[in-house]
Amino acid sequence: MFETFIDDLPFLTEALVNGLLFGGVLALLSLGLNLIFGVVDVIWICYAEIVMFGMYAMYWLHTIYAVPMVFAALATIVGCGLMGFLVHYLIISPILNAPPINQLLATGGLLFFLQSLATLLWGIEFKNLGLRLPVMGWMGVYFSYARLLAFGVALVGMIGLYLFLNRTFLGTAIRAISQDREIMVLMGVDNRKIYWVTSAVGGGLAGLAASLLVLQYDVHPFVGLSFGPITFVICVLGGLGNMLGGFIAAFILSEVVSIGGFYAELEWGYVFAFVIFVIVMFIRPGGILGRRA
Amino acid sequence: MGLGLSNRRHRVGVIAAIILIALPFLDFGFDWLAYPLHIMVLILIWSFAYTSWSLMGRFGLVSLGHGAFLGMGAYGTALLWNYAGLSPWLGVPASLCLVALVAIVIGYPCFRFRIVGYYFALVTLALSEIVRQIIMATRDYTGGSLGFTPHPLPSDASLPDQIVALQFPHREVFYFIALVTWAVGLYIWYRVERSMDRYALETIAEDEDAAASVGVWVTREKLKITVLSAVMTAFAGALFAQYQMFIAPDTVSGIFISLQIVFAVVAGGVFVALGPTVGAVITIVLSETLRIAVGVKMVGLDTTLYGVMLVLFIIFLPQGILGGILEWISRRTRAVTSQAGKAAAAD
Repeated sequence: MFETFIDDLPFLTEALVNGLLFGGVLALLSLGLNLIFGVVDVIWICYAEIVMFGMYAMYWLHTIYAVPMVFAALATIVGCGLMGFLVHYLIISPILNAPPINQLLATGGLLFFLQSLATLLWGIEFKNLGLRLPVMGWMGVYFSYARLLAFGVALVGMIGLYLFLNRTFLGTAIRAISQDREIMVLMGVDNRKIYWVTSAVGGGLAGLAASLLVLQYDVHPFVGLSFGPITFVICVLGGLGNMLGGFIAAFILSEVVSIGGFYAELEWGYVFAFVIFVIVMFIRPGGILGRRA
Repeated sequence: MGLGLSNRRHRVGVIAAIILIALPFLDFGFDWLAYPLHIMVLILIWSFAYTSWSLMGRFGLVSLGHGAFLGMGAYGTALLWNYAGLSPWLGVPASLCLVALVAIVIGYPCFRFRIVGYYFALVTLALSEIVRQIIMATRDYTGGSLGFTPHPLPSDASLPDQIVALQFPHREVFYFIALVTWAVGLYIWYRVERSMDRYALETIAEDEDAAASVGVWVTREKLKITVLSAVMTAFAGALFAQYQMFIAPDTVSGIFISLQIVFAVVAGGVFVALGPTVGAVITIVLSETLRIAVGVKMVGLDTTLYGVMLVLFIIFLPQGILGGILEWISRRTRAVTSQAGKAAAAD
């Protein structure tokens, strides 16, 4: 028993490291979703579909138009930011005062729309960049360069977001509005503008995540379904709107998925992650760092 | 609604019932009704599933977990038939019991610990995903994303065998099974509409504390409607599996199906009895028309339109098509009566 454990150790470490690296991208995604929820008080069920569009944008820009990777990523971030703005401007703002569940369902409709539009436009084939990034090894533990890069860039992105929210006037206004929606309007803040900026930043984070995910995964119209649900679960587990909680939850769940996938199949990893989520919801409905209201 | 049916509405109902019952016999021995009948069966089965979702949805309990119940009903029945040789007559009740148990295990803590709104939607969403991922993970038995086919009977099977297996070579039989199921669904809807539970649940939807303070047992009321809704949905899933003889995780479980259920109900109208049915008619007729009109080249066109419609509905017509029409009619009749009343008063 113990000997097999020792034999498994490099592979288990590999699973742990991969979980950690994947957690970086998930944390980035949940940060974007949490930002939007914290400020606009809306959950975008279609968030992962924006990522999917971003992945397609990367694919087209890089393989068809041969745009260098960095510029393609920048364009993707800008494009997804614009998409985020449009989602808010066209869909959320008309129903800002409707029951919250209607807003959830409207973005659910958008999920349908984006997924099917991608099927319609680009078919259901899996597409990938065809990159062969080197695999790195250290003491029998192997992990891909793409994942390490994704993790690093995701961390940089998160630090950037932190600085934006804490060191700029606009960021301060965003944080203030997430603390009290009504008072800030009385203080002379144009909350519409803040919502626009927040949605665009949220979309931009989806774009950044997309340009990192496309390095590791094939893109197809349903790719959003493979990490969309886990992203919502992470946000709720961390406490909706609580960015630090989401950050921690992202790593916990990605490790659960990764280790579960190591001992059984990857699907079981997801099953464990969702079951843990449901159980935690029952024990701590406000999330792991949440205060009970 | 509680006043009983007026004479005119009664007559319309009876005529509709006669048409629905006579429909399969209208082909006079030719087979030209086979395709419309197939569409009708689909509409009836899905209407039943949508009706069962609306039982919860109308009280603000937005579940994104009905894909899970649908999938458990469908896969439970089919797996028991293939691997245990258990007739659907036993397999369906067994699956329904399992679904009721899951609904209680998920529902009780949710309601006891006050997981409402977004949080409830997302917990049930997780349930949807759990079931879908389990189906994928146990692909050695369920076939994973390739789908699953219940063992078909040999084509010369005797009638008792067909009944035991709940597989019928004639579409008409399924049409009647689906028709009865749909009617029972509507009946359950009316029973809920006229029950005390409805008032309790409406109060809970308005304000849980206030409801509890006037003596409504919040957890129990919510749990009752959830289990009812879940079991009905699972039955729809089982029926769908028996009819189509093919199920796949993407057609009976997961977030996509859960959202499809929500969409159809919202499109038709959550608060009226026939709203979910109208939703089923719209979605199925739309997708079939598009499939015939533009063929399989444009895969995804129908759901693209669904998506646009869902967004537009929620923004402009949250009460749904049928709800909107009924509201418009009642506003007109009220306007007419009030004008008549004014005229009478002036005289």
